[in-house]
Amino acid sequence: MSSTFDRVATIIAETCDIPRDTITPESHAIDDLGIDSLDFLDIAFAIDKAFGIKLPLEKWTQEVNDGKATTEQYFVLKNLSARIDELVAAKDA
Amino acid sequence: MHLEYFHLIDRIADLRTEQRSITVEAQVPQESTIFEGHFPGHPLMPGVLLIESMAQASGWLLIALTRFERMPFLAAVKEAKMRTFVTPGELLTIEAAVVHEGSGFTITEAKVSVGGKTKCNATLTFRQVPFPNDDLRGHMETMAKRIGFPQQMFAHG
Repeated sequence: MSSTFDRVATIIAETCDIPRDTITPESHAIDDLGIDSLDFLDIAFAIDKAFGIKLPLEKWTQEVNDGKATTEQYFVLKNLSARIDELVAAKDA
Repeated sequence: MHLEYFHLIDRIADLRTEQRSITVEAQVPQESTIFEGHFPGHPLMPGVLLIESMAQASGWLLIALTRFERMPFLAAVKEAKMRTFVTPGELLTIEAAVVHEGSGFTITEAKVSVGGKTKCNATLTFRQVPFPNDDLRGHMETMAKRIGFPQQMFAHG
């Protein structure tokens, strides 16, 4: 089974028409890949469906706006993948 | 339907919150300045207004599901298909259903039909945010009462 990162990268490539080989674990979805908030809704929809979770985008955005978190924590893909793994584990617990 | 005010929905016919779906009715007027331009000698309900009617039907559903806590704003239109013409005087039945509830956004599928025949359909994405001010919320509540929004759905009604 492919890794969470691989699945996320494939979703981003297909959803946003970004060449798959330009997407790395270190890529920042917003700053490096140029994904805007509307396109990210499509990605969130695809991730929600693929993993059977609900990405807490509102909570994350609030934390970033409040200075309690950085965008890197949620939108660098290796970190996003880790968050997804946590949500999947919590769902299965 | 009051096209000049962008009030497209006349009546909520059925609101099924457990199924996360809604059916509404909208009467296309016989006359409107819109039809004078779209098109002279061949009046048609513009496709963008049909999409808007599906968005408004979806919007009332989402307002019901959040019990007037959030206002949905149309964010994306996908797979919109205008299958046949809609002409002045037709009674539209508009159905909408939630297909995905995300965090701060929801996706619906909606269709417009006349006499059981599908006229158009689309997949719509909405951002849902707290009402930006009391004026808008008050306006929406007034509109809701006018179109038969169930009283028990008002959060503080």
